[in-house]
Amino acid sequence: MTPAAARELPRWATAGLLPVLNLTAAFVVSGLVVLVIGEDPLKVVRLLVWGAFGFEEAIGYTLYYATSFIFTGLAVAVAFHCGLFNIGGEGQAYIGGLGVALVCLNLDGLPFWLLAPLAIAGGALFGAAWAYVPAYLQAYRGSHVVITTIMFNFIASATMVYLLVNVMIQPGQMQPESRAFSADARMPFMHQALAGIGIDLAASPLNLSFVWALICCLLFWLFIWHTRAGYALRAVGANPTAAIYAGISPARQTMIAMLISGALAGCLGLNELMGVQHRLLLEFTGGYGFVGIAVALMGRGHPLGIVLAAILFGALYQGGAELSFELPRITRDMVVVIQGLIILFAGALEFMFLPLLTRWLIRV
Amino acid sequence: MKEPTAAPAIELRGIDKRFGNVHANRSIDLRVAHGTVHGIVGENGAGKSTLMSILYGFYQADDGEILINGRPTVVRNSAAAIAAGIGMVHQHFMLVETFSVLENVVLGAEGGALLAPGKARARTELAHLAREYALEVDIDATVGDLPVGQQQRVEILKALYRGAEILVLDEPTGALTPPEADHLFRILRLLRDQGKTIILITHKLREIMAVTDVVSVMRQGAMVAHRRTAETSMEELAELMVGRKVLLRVEKTPARPGREVLRVEHLRVADGYGVERVKDVSLSVHAGEIVGIAGVSGNGQSELLEAIAGIRPLADGRVVLNGQPVATRRRGSDPRKLRHLGLAHVPEDRHRMGLILPFEACESAILGYQDDPRFNIGPFLDYRTIVADTAVKMGAFDVRPSDPHLRTASFSGGNQQKIVLAREIEHDPDVLLVGQPTRGVDIGAIEAIHRRLIAMRDAGKAVLLVSVELDEIHMLADRILVMSNGSIVGEVAGDAVDEGQLGLMMAGIAPAASAAGAGTMP
Repeated sequence: MTPAAARELPRWATAGLLPVLNLTAAFVVSGLVVLVIGEDPLKVVRLLVWGAFGFEEAIGYTLYYATSFIFTGLAVAVAFHCGLFNIGGEGQAYIGGLGVALVCLNLDGLPFWLLAPLAIAGGALFGAAWAYVPAYLQAYRGSHVVITTIMFNFIASATMVYLLVNVMIQPGQMQPESRAFSADARMPFMHQALAGIGIDLAASPLNLSFVWALICCLLFWLFIWHTRAGYALRAVGANPTAAIYAGISPARQTMIAMLISGALAGCLGLNELMGVQHRLLLEFTGGYGFVGIAVALMGRGHPLGIVLAAILFGALYQGGAELSFELPRITRDMVVVIQGLIILFAGALEFMFLPLLTRWLIRV
Repeated sequence: MKEPTAAPAIELRGIDKRFGNVHANRSIDLRVAHGTVHGIVGENGAGKSTLMSILYGFYQADDGEILINGRPTVVRNSAAAIAAGIGMVHQHFMLVETFSVLENVVLGAEGGALLAPGKARARTELAHLAREYALEVDIDATVGDLPVGQQQRVEILKALYRGAEILVLDEPTGALTPPEADHLFRILRLLRDQGKTIILITHKLREIMAVTDVVSVMRQGAMVAHRRTAETSMEELAELMVGRKVLLRVEKTPARPGREVLRVEHLRVADGYGVERVKDVSLSVHAGEIVGIAGVSGNGQSELLEAIAGIRPLADGRVVLNGQPVATRRRGSDPRKLRHLGLAHVPEDRHRMGLILPFEACESAILGYQDDPRFNIGPFLDYRTIVADTAVKMGAFDVRPSDPHLRTASFSGGNQQKIVLAREIEHDPDVLLVGQPTRGVDIGAIEAIHRRLIAMRDAGKAVLLVSVELDEIHMLADRILVMSNGSIVGEVAGDAVDEGQLGLMMAGIAPAASAAGAGTMP
């Protein structure tokens, strides 16, 4: 995937400077769009940054959005290390949310310390199960995982509509939503949890799922680069023929990678449902699964990069909301345009500046 | 050889080319006289291909000039090179396999929107060229159906049809049988006698001595010497290429074969399309001997090796290792299990199979042995041990640079091959399968690799060697099995070999008198 020229460059250049250049390009073009609309780009940037990081509550919101992006970003990245492009994060997160909700709705008599691991297991299991069929079709039948996972997103969406309208809807309600989770089955907000140990924070939707997301980053890092299983998975991603030579089965690794990927995506429900909505509802995934692809690409498949990219996209979500509130001419759609440009420059045109950078660095 | 009187056909003056911080060509001067066969030799990475790519317009030189027939010429792309009368025959043919010979020749030179007139013109022209230069080939045959030697003739015809006066051939004999190579050399001499100029790029010194008039030697991007072929020797050229004295022949004592370690019985292997590539092959390898499998590339050796190594399923037959059947038609084998049973495998293609190029060297150095308890603590890889172990292996095999954390792709071909050999040999196997151990490896490293293989044999290991380099088979093997079209067509002792006879056997023409003993004890 990396062109030959990248080999000659030090890591700080390809992993640090290049994403910054891509980001700058995205913001410059966004600025031009803002100019065309008739607003001052510098003012927009100021408002955006202030809206995302300017006050305690804003930071809480930014990190809350980032939590979801970390889960889906890691999900895409783990498949990527095995040479697979999992576009199905959205569907896996959706069904994973069902798993989280089933635990929260049915086992809410349990104490939180027991319920939380069960909810994590429920989300991971349901997410992995939704990835299982595309994984099997890829590994043993050769059906391309990009096609099947996209199709499974639609199946997930239709299934959830059916379940919420016909099965899980709260009796006597028009809204296709489950009943609210009881107080025991809610992920504590960060400001509540920290208030317990004497730290005072402004109220925000940021909840303890953020901590689990960071733990997932650490586990991801250990698994990919320090375990035998991670070695086998990366070997298949980098050179399947050499993996066969080494006695590693690409089909088996495909299954493993996709199941882990689905499990990570399935954790999204912890943040959105157990953490904030406190009920199962339609479309709670809100495109996080797709943005996860951009997060994984920008983060170069490394947990540290993924956290940074997740915070960037979280900041865009949160700052963008503030922005459209302050400047009515900049709508939410404008924020989507900026996101799109970032995805374009950081994802699709990832290596556009590489030849330029190589020439420049070697001359210096 | 005619003494050049007019301006040389090609003159390069001070050609300089850098790729990043790699100085691929350093101020190269070269004069190629009209009507000569001019050889260019050098190790891999010496800059031969870069130089020819500049001549053919694939790259632009950073500095220097190109004179063709005395006129300074700017070769901006391959179209300009063709217009200047330069034709290139690439190592990997640039042919459309599903097209006929005629269609391939006119491709890109159709001469109009309609095909028919151009093809008719080409047909008469080709008949004329074929007669003049002994380049017989059926012009209506589909290229994919032709043997490799004939496909190469199509490439030469393509160049001549475009009016090439100067022909550049890049490693032209890589895939040819010895008789095909001889035929090629006859064609080259004929072309030269008709006034064409030929540049032959090769690393095979034997060919340089056989066919060239003048030879230029490159080393590390620089042109280090020009010699008249008649006034030099293989030893001198090898020394010029490497920069130090080289032993072209590694000495070895007679083999002392012990017990049978590996036996292959009636093996059949089919490829992915169901075509049988290995047909009823039986062979045995004993402790303390090197058995060589000679053959033109693509005659089933690769499939045989991969089947024994457990990578390809068997269609029939069985493999017995240390008296224990490890693979049959019903029960396929697993490369990992075979490694535990003492079988190591140096694959033919280190880039495709033997290494994982984006990995750090230490990670490539445990490929296939990632389950070894030595390298693991519970589910975790013990990187401290792995790095230390890699450093030791790198020292023992003189891998440069000796940095276990460097990306595998950053090593030169020879050093990559040493990493693979170190990995497989240091695990002290009973049987070593080796495919093309020195393909794309520098002369200096070849010597070291050959010594290692002989040391393995002397330590009482069984070695099965597959190589398309006849010289290598000769030098290393105690017994030679010749493979042609999927079958073993003969067996000869390693030290009593008549090269002509071997060549005929490789071509599948004359089974040797001793062929009756194929696959059994000598």
